[in-house]
Amino acid sequence: MIADRINRATRKVPAWPLYILGALPPLWLLFQGFTGGLGVDPVKEMEHQMGLWGLWLLIAGLCVTPLQRFAGVRLIKYRRAIGLTAFFYIFLHLLIWLVLDVQIVSQIIADIYKRPYITVGMAAFVLLVPLALTSNNWSIRKLGPRWRQLHKLVYVIVPLGGLHFFLLVKGFQIEPLIYLGVIFLLLALRIRLPRRKRTAPAE
Amino acid sequence: APEGLEPNSFEDITNYNNYYEFGTGKRDPAENAHMLTTSPWTVKIDGMVDRPGDYQFEDILAKAQIEERIYRLRCVEAWSMVIPWNGFTLASLLGRVGVQSGAKYVAFETATRPEEMPGLRYQVLNWPYREGLRLDEAMHPLTLIATGLYGKDLPNQNGAPLRLVVPWKYGFKGIKSIVRITLQDTEPFTSWNDANPREYGFYSNVNPTVDHPRWSQATERVIGAGLFGSRRETEMFNGYGEEVASLYDGMDLQKNF
Repeated sequence: MIADRINRATRKVPAWPLYILGALPPLWLLFQGFTGGLGVDPVKEMEHQMGLWGLWLLIAGLCVTPLQRFAGVRLIKYRRAIGLTAFFYIFLHLLIWLVLDVQIVSQIIADIYKRPYITVGMAAFVLLVPLALTSNNWSIRKLGPRWRQLHKLVYVIVPLGGLHFFLLVKGFQIEPLIYLGVIFLLLALRIRLPRRKRTAPAE
Repeated sequence: APEGLEPNSFEDITNYNNYYEFGTGKRDPAENAHMLTTSPWTVKIDGMVDRPGDYQFEDILAKAQIEERIYRLRCVEAWSMVIPWNGFTLASLLGRVGVQSGAKYVAFETATRPEEMPGLRYQVLNWPYREGLRLDEAMHPLTLIATGLYGKDLPNQNGAPLRLVVPWKYGFKGIKSIVRITLQDTEPFTSWNDANPREYGFYSNVNPTVDHPRWSQATERVIGAGLFGSRRETEMFNGYGEEVASLYDGMDLQKNF
């Protein structure tokens, strides 16, 4: 079974190298940006790449539970690293937009209020912050069952991220629709139909 | 007109294009546009003209007076670059075919060749790409048909072999790889207006006071300015107001955006 082989192979692989791996794409982008490797419009390229990587990782995070439930692949120990790296990328995405792209504070504030795609993106980021802050063992212990409740916010955040992308493209484009489709599929897999009540056998 | 414009590099101008027939990414046209056959090339000129017909591009070019025009191009996506075009005025071409007195508008159409344009597989827009101008805009001396840049033949990704350049309007008005020009008395179908009339008007004059519903048009990113290049304030009519503002006297530009 493939699932067993994956589970055996990953048994001894810890999660911490993912944080180091996760730092590479932004460093690579920065290096490319300084050396002219990002083409004619390096700011937009960095901004878009970080947004896209963030969305991919958010979607990857949503895949962990269905993979376990339907395929028996256990990747749960990597989920925190996936989620925190996604947050890191989205934070950089926001930072690039603020500092390198728009630059003008009044325009930033106006954009957040006036532009639905930016409002949606900002909302998703704000909702991500408490999740990133509580992605540690201490918070899990401290919050108890409320931790699970809190982290269900991803079911709102990831579709908002997909919507953010969908709203900003010009014309009818396929890529954001694919992401939205995948996101809704991954959410639909979590819907548990109410179990039929076991009726006690008569007498 | 803006003075002392410093042109972007040939690299910038030919690797950052919106030409959705070759894909929606900025680099897609540079990658895919080599597939377009630009010779032979025929432009059908019809409608309310004295001498309608199929004109060979070579013949059009042979009779044209080519000049260099360094214009700032302001994209509706809030970025700009400066391009040294070579071309001739649209007015000179229309003069040669003879515009009839009832004509009020000019309609343009881009080539549609699915086997040469991979982007046509997706209905991003209602193909073929179409654009239009009011006749007085079309006859304005700033309105150019470009056939080259930096003294070279126009690269395919920039709209070879001939394209429209209207410097006081958003870049998408500058329709590429033109195969048809029609003189008519009704306002032409224009592709972006058809796709989203709330976001893209028929006129689409550069106007910092009328925002695109999804982003501000007050400022623009300067392409080629690098990682820390700053924005510049967008100018009314992209800086060409002195020459063209009178075309719109008495019009409410908030409504006719």
